[in-house]
Amino acid sequence: MAGWLNETGPQADIVISSRVRVARNVDGLSFPRDLGEVASNNIKQKVYDAVSNANAILREEFKLIAMGDIGEIDRLNYIERHLISPDLAENTTTGNVILNQEETISLMIHEEDHIRIQCLLPGLQLEKSWDIANKIDDLLEERINYAFDEELGYLTACPTNLGTGIRASVMLHLPALSLTGYIQGILRAAGQIGLAVRGIYGEGTEFLGNLYQISNQVTLGMMEEEIIGNLNDVTLQIIEKERIARNNLLHTKKIELEDRVFRSFGILKNARKITANEAMQLISDVKLGACLKLIHEIDLEKLNSLIAMIQQGSLQKHFNTSLDPKERDVKRAELIRGYFKLKEK
Amino acid sequence: MVCQQCNERKATVHMTKILQGKKEEIHLCEQCAQEKETLNFENSFSIHNFLAGLLDGTTGTPFNPQYAKEIQCSECGHSYDRFKQVGKLNCSQCYQQFKQKLIPLIRKVQGNVRHTGKVPKRAGGIIQLKRELKDLRSRLAAAVEEQEFERAAELRDEIKALEARIEEM
Repeated sequence: MAGWLNETGPQADIVISSRVRVARNVDGLSFPRDLGEVASNNIKQKVYDAVSNANAILREEFKLIAMGDIGEIDRLNYIERHLISPDLAENTTTGNVILNQEETISLMIHEEDHIRIQCLLPGLQLEKSWDIANKIDDLLEERINYAFDEELGYLTACPTNLGTGIRASVMLHLPALSLTGYIQGILRAAGQIGLAVRGIYGEGTEFLGNLYQISNQVTLGMMEEEIIGNLNDVTLQIIEKERIARNNLLHTKKIELEDRVFRSFGILKNARKITANEAMQLISDVKLGACLKLIHEIDLEKLNSLIAMIQQGSLQKHFNTSLDPKERDVKRAELIRGYFKLKEK
Repeated sequence: MVCQQCNERKATVHMTKILQGKKEEIHLCEQCAQEKETLNFENSFSIHNFLAGLLDGTTGTPFNPQYAKEIQCSECGHSYDRFKQVGKLNCSQCYQQFKQKLIPLIRKVQGNVRHTGKVPKRAGGIIQLKRELKDLRSRLAAAVEEQEFERAAELRDEIKALEARIEEM
């Protein structure tokens, strides 16, 4: 199970995970879209050898998974655990992922770029994530000639990744700021200082389960450490605001808050069918209750893993069968009920 | 709210379309939404289309038509027009070949066109030295400005030595 799902990190009451992704390409070859099979395999092998032979430095074991070798449900499951991107999952001819055992490091081969190094850690650990991704980058560079331009930096298929090729992001749970409506101002401000805010599951602009992903937009003209530092600073400010909003709710609207938390808890423990969207909202309420010590019997890391488990890919993987949307809602409710029953014993 | 299409299921997909100032709201259930092609955002709009759209301001306009003079990358053979369609380059050489046309776009997207971050250690040695050279030159200019001629002379020697090293590489 991915590291961010079964443990919590610093600032775990608000920050679910931190991720740093670095885009790299091999010099003198077409980008993956237009790259032949032989050259694609060659790159995959080079990257795999580089990380496998570096056990002494990384002290990790890596496995290589070809997108063409696993089924759709497995691919979806990896996407939901944020170990691969939807674009990589679609490339069933040359797409590969190299994962470490803890599932904190994933190297995507032949996504939009030849190589995408990703490090995903629980809680707020952007600097550590960059540190790990940076080390792996150095390791690969010993064997691979990267496409690099003196002015434009690392060359990427899309100009939005040029320069450092770095995309850093944090996944935040912001129920109190959402509930009080202050989130709108924060989202606007984030946009103005070059950060992008997205929902995590679901499509487009919805923020399911009060989960927000904040990432840097600009990749060129700044040092990696500046990019990471900026995002870290902004995240710390948002954390502070969320904590203030939570405290306010607790002091001014305690009974309403408790009512909401325990109603949600009740539905989760008893529902016979439930959509992912509804479940996400209810889990968000329960999570807020757990953080504010209104509910005692639940661990945060368990709720994080539950959020991933109720997504359609993980659900189908869990029951080991493909399910239509209606069946999914029933099985999802079943899984959640079983989950909390287990917890209470 | 009930789905506008089938009038049966609950509407879960809500979309607002603004076309030439006219606002239209559509509420559909998941099933109908999937069937309705117009909702297929991926095809009609993506970051890459958006990038390509940004280019229109810098290329042909009705008053300044661009006649058939397609630029092609000598490495991979892909044309600049193709980049305009898909928003992605085809190989790293494309950046060299289309540089002049790409720079305004990159400036729009990134706000900057000069990389200051990490440099590959092995291949980037010379780049690192060139950066140092640039830094020394600006320090030299500052020293001259402040009439610190002794310091300026030292810097001048350092620059000469560095230039010689770069020359050798």
